[in-house]
Amino acid sequence: MSFWRGALAIVAKDATAELRSKETLSAMLVFALLVVVIFNFSFELRVDNVRQIAPGVLWVAFAFAGVLGLNRSFVLEREGGCIEGLMLTPVDRGVIYLGKFLGNVLFMLVTEAIILPIFAALFDAPVANPLLWLIMLLGTIGLAAVGTLFAAMAVSTRAREIMLPLLLFPVSVPVLIAATKATAQVMDGAGPTAAAPWLRLLLAFDLIFTTVAFLGFEYVLEE
Amino acid sequence: MALEAASEWAVQTEGLRKTFGHVSVLRDINLKIPNHHSATIVGPNGAGKTTLLRILATLTRPSAGRVWVDGLDLHDWGTQACRRIGFASHQLMLYLDLSPQENLRFYGRMYGVPDLEPRIAELLAQVGLGGRRNDPVRTLSRGMQQRLSLARAILHDPSVVLLDEPYTGLDPRAADALSTLLRGLLAQGRTVLMTTHDLARGAEMADQVLVLVAGQVTFQVRTADLSPQELRELYDQHVAPTAPSREGLPLQRRTEDRP
Amino acid sequence: MNKPGYAWLPWLIGLTALSIVVSVCLVFVYVPTERVMGPVQRIFYYHVPSAWVGFLAFFVACLAGGAYLARREIRWDMLQAASDEIGVLFSTIALVSGSLWARPIWNTWWTWDPRLTTTLVMWLYYVVTLMLRGTVESEERRARFHAVLNIVGFINVPLVFLAIRLWRSIHPVLFTSEGFALEPSMLLTLGVCLLAFTLLYACLLALRVRAQGLEHRLLELRQLASLPESEAKGETL
Repeated sequence: MSFWRGALAIVAKDATAELRSKETLSAMLVFALLVVVIFNFSFELRVDNVRQIAPGVLWVAFAFAGVLGLNRSFVLEREGGCIEGLMLTPVDRGVIYLGKFLGNVLFMLVTEAIILPIFAALFDAPVANPLLWLIMLLGTIGLAAVGTLFAAMAVSTRAREIMLPLLLFPVSVPVLIAATKATAQVMDGAGPTAAAPWLRLLLAFDLIFTTVAFLGFEYVLEE
Repeated sequence: MALEAASEWAVQTEGLRKTFGHVSVLRDINLKIPNHHSATIVGPNGAGKTTLLRILATLTRPSAGRVWVDGLDLHDWGTQACRRIGFASHQLMLYLDLSPQENLRFYGRMYGVPDLEPRIAELLAQVGLGGRRNDPVRTLSRGMQQRLSLARAILHDPSVVLLDEPYTGLDPRAADALSTLLRGLLAQGRTVLMTTHDLARGAEMADQVLVLVAGQVTFQVRTADLSPQELRELYDQHVAPTAPSREGLPLQRRTEDRP
Repeated sequence: MNKPGYAWLPWLIGLTALSIVVSVCLVFVYVPTERVMGPVQRIFYYHVPSAWVGFLAFFVACLAGGAYLARREIRWDMLQAASDEIGVLFSTIALVSGSLWARPIWNTWWTWDPRLTTTLVMWLYYVVTLMLRGTVESEERRARFHAVLNIVGFINVPLVFLAIRLWRSIHPVLFTSEGFALEPSMLLTLGVCLLAFTLLYACLLALRVRAQGLEHRLLELRQLASLPESEAKGETL
């Protein structure tokens, strides 16, 4: 189906460009690492059990690194007028959204996968848990769903990149709360039933906003 | 609604208007460019040439009026029309970190071009980039990048090729090479519509010259009918006196218009 | 947006003024002092309607945004911008009044009450959305972006509320906004205040939209005046 061919072509293009320059992923990794290390350091000085704040730190790191990636994915399109190149192709705008969205999710998951072991070491947190990975996936999808839509808008404004985090964080409050709480429960040894309400909320958020952003993307791109 | 309108016109507009806010950039444009033709639109800065081309390329929506490209009404069939339109402007629309090969491969996939790899090889040879096919576009000279951008524009075999100021920034040799390329496109049966400041070059390439001033087509002529000198005189006549400055006229001057 | 449309405005202003006067009488004279919290509890009668109007305003903005995307008429953009501005205003009042109320009663400046926290999150979002308006030069793009933001923003409201409420239900809330039972006189007072604030919202909205309409017309006239005669002839002044 040409629908998926277009979206996957965009993902492949973004992945190839990234493998070439490595700028985006390295920036995301360094940033996430900084957040994890600095928080660990500053709370060690005061808190007896840093494990308690660990889930929050993890998601702060993921969110900030994610914003970096989301921004860059559109800055690179803007460079050289590539957004118009995309608009010239005979695909629906929604396909462009899907391609960028999937690419963003991919980059964020790669960053998160690399950060996770480092985080586990610093905070002495158990991370080898498929339930945790599910939470990471759902949370990342939520952030990327709205983030891709907002990033496309943000790069078209005079204020450029600063607009994205300002707009994204209020909207992603449900994701951040649900992901952090669920992560905390899982790290404390709780099973799927305890985390279920949070997972449901994440799923609802993901479904609603992927749809809304997919439909709304054409209104953001047109000229 | 029929997908195809029987059409001898590659490009047709009816009552086309475009306003940005309260500023009218295009007023009541009625174009008819026949198939397999080449036409050049000339005019002073701010006349609306780029806006017109962008509307034809489906990048901008008109404020009023109808537009058909290759028989398709852009309002209803914009996405399908994209398959038949190639557009190149000073914005390269190329990914600087990727190579020419990778750029064309990406666009080829997006357009669903069949037999992509041979087509890419053929095009790169045609624009003289065969040797640099694997180098990041960032490392190519501006002239090479422009040639690649043109290759991108015709990759999917469009029947209508729109070029916005293709000669700007090219030295004479590069300009000659471009002219050769464009003649090749015409020989292949495509329609080429371009905008330019350079009246001489534009007239040389075109079957028709249209002069756009302040959003309106002030005259249209077949280049076969006039010598370059006559054309130049006609252009100066139309453009110079009626090219108004957009600086403010005091409101008092309009007293005679008030009811 | 010219003279004819707003004939009803003076009546609305009059009605609003009347309802505000009545509400003040009810709040400060009629309704009895609440036993546990004392006089400070009267803030409640302005705090709740402010929050309500805030959300009403954001809802109207969401609808106006949708209308703009469907119709592309600039008046919908004016409506959405005005409604968001007023929504932020009333949300500010709700947040500040909530804070002032919490301090003497519970000895804290902030309670993590789900409704109040949702108001805070929304406040942040809509403030940024209004900021964004200033960073986009093209009027059409500004309207489009704002419409998308309004729609996304309002769809998010129930999700934010649910998330916070779920969070607070696991850690039992130490204090709620209503630590008291509502007697009939209190209900009446609350109802009147709600009505007064809603009318106030309608007033401010109408005034703001009218002002925007005039600004817009002024800009239009300026641009028409700066065109040379030959081009302006076709335009109506």
